[in-house]
Amino acid sequence: MNMVVKKTPPVARDSFLKTLQKKWHLLLAYLLLTIFSLPIGLMFLWLFLTSISTHTIAGVIPAGFTLEHWSFLWGPVEVGGRVLPSIWQATWNTILFAGGLTIFEVIISTMAGYTLSRMNFPGRKLMLRSVLILHAFPGVLLLIAIFYVLNALGLIDTLWGVMLVKVALQIPLSIYIIKGFFDEVSWDIEWAALVDGCNRLTVWYQVILPQVKPGIAAISIFSFIAGWSEFLLLFTFIFSEHNNTLAIYLLAIIGDFRVVNYGLLAAAALFYIFPVLLFFLFTQKFLMKMNMGGGKQV
Amino acid sequence: MKRWFLPYLMLSPFLILVVMFYVIPAFITVMLAFTDMNYAMEWRFAGLVNFEKIFTDPFLPVIVWNTCKYVGGTLFFNVVFGFVLALLSTYYIQHEKSGIFFRALWMLPRISPPVVYVLLFLWFFAPGQYGLLNALSAIFLGVEPQNWLSEYAMLIVILANGFVGASFGMIIFSSAIRAIPQDIFRAAKVDGATEFAITKEIILPLMKWPVMFVSVWQLLSLLTSFEYILLLTGGGPFLDTEVWSLYSYHRAFVGFEFGYGAALALVMVFTAFFLTALMLKLFDFNRMIKSSRID
Repeated sequence: MNMVVKKTPPVARDSFLKTLQKKWHLLLAYLLLTIFSLPIGLMFLWLFLTSISTHTIAGVIPAGFTLEHWSFLWGPVEVGGRVLPSIWQATWNTILFAGGLTIFEVIISTMAGYTLSRMNFPGRKLMLRSVLILHAFPGVLLLIAIFYVLNALGLIDTLWGVMLVKVALQIPLSIYIIKGFFDEVSWDIEWAALVDGCNRLTVWYQVILPQVKPGIAAISIFSFIAGWSEFLLLFTFIFSEHNNTLAIYLLAIIGDFRVVNYGLLAAAALFYIFPVLLFFLFTQKFLMKMNMGGGKQV
Repeated sequence: MKRWFLPYLMLSPFLILVVMFYVIPAFITVMLAFTDMNYAMEWRFAGLVNFEKIFTDPFLPVIVWNTCKYVGGTLFFNVVFGFVLALLSTYYIQHEKSGIFFRALWMLPRISPPVVYVLLFLWFFAPGQYGLLNALSAIFLGVEPQNWLSEYAMLIVILANGFVGASFGMIIFSSAIRAIPQDIFRAAKVDGATEFAITKEIILPLMKWPVMFVSVWQLLSLLTSFEYILLLTGGGPFLDTEVWSLYSYHRAFVGFEFGYGAALALVMVFTAFFLTALMLKLFDFNRMIKSSRID
């Protein structure tokens, strides 16, 4: 934005020095930020390069071009004398898990978010307060008891069961976000629709929901990424190989990563992370505005 | 009747989930803590045995110390680094696009799936000549390969969590810095203040509340999250990176001592409740609750 001391007075001889004197903060800032951020950038660049190169120079710089590491996408791959199960089963499970999660999240949070944002009823304050408390409260602490609940319901070792748990742990945040969008919608629209003979339910569905499309898009993407990346719940509550998702699949390859070639591992990791990066590119501005609970990954 | 029927109908899916996965599990956690339930999943009440066990557990001093190191170290890293990143990318670099670029880059560790993110760390610190750090140090320093992950396990755990957590502080601090009126900076500059003085005398004092918020929030998260540790070191080598919440998880899902695991978790539940209440009290959450304008 606008710095006040912007123009250097054109004093001929030491104008360069003056500029340097005024801009060295900026230069230093760029330099420091670049140095700090370099490890992150390099790590991801290196992941990409490793997945398409044949060997490394001095164990550091990837070199030579090949697509061989990506062959797990179209054929069986043997690692350390053992044939890897096809990645497509795990991919399908991950899509199912993340997609189902997204649908549940959107339906439940738009219903609850609208109610909390725009209806008056006994207990409203209490409900709002509990959404905030549940959002702050780390649900991961209840993992042991949730294991018991899932077991009792016969939902242990099923993707649906874990999906429900994930929805529950994620929903306070989604409600909190979508409520903010509902708060912004003009009341005149709602009043007009009510005068025209809608009831609150049809107002919600036909009039207000289209107004919060950006919010719905945001929680959809956010839920999908969260579901796609989920590890701990699936690791804890899923035992059967046919229910594996990509996170667990990848972990299984890492398990013997001393034997494995890094190329295959990098390619599989990239395959897994690709949708996340894609979504991130489109939504990073919004994501950065959102309060996402630091380090709280469940 | 009608006044509450529709709202609660709309809220019912949410409420059912809350009851199923928060309320009932919370009660079960409390009850489990007083049983010695194991893999047989039988309820057998054992009184205060589990809590006595906590006080006599020979591993516990190490675990408490590890938890302090992990939480303290990561928190420090997150707040300091988050602030430095925010300051550099928001105040010093006023060019908006560059600032966004750097902040987006720092979001990458947070949005990456944990398994992939940890994989990158495992790779970088891998033992033997194929580890990236070992290869680099062989080229530049000519030293022998080291087993970084067992030598400096806690440091690496803090670093890995710090890179994820720093972006949280960065976002909060960035918006706090942006919220400072530009006039104040102009006035300071007219008075001849240096950039350093502006940082120290104007920006830092205004960061008091954001720093408090980030600290309490992250304290809560760090005390209870263990996903990255589980993936990175699994608590090892030996118990070097085993923190309280991970210990509870291990006791329950590896040792199948659900009762003892629940007792350990219960201690954290109370801590979390206390911190949550503190946070709600400190940071006026009431103003977020707006009233409805119909009915």
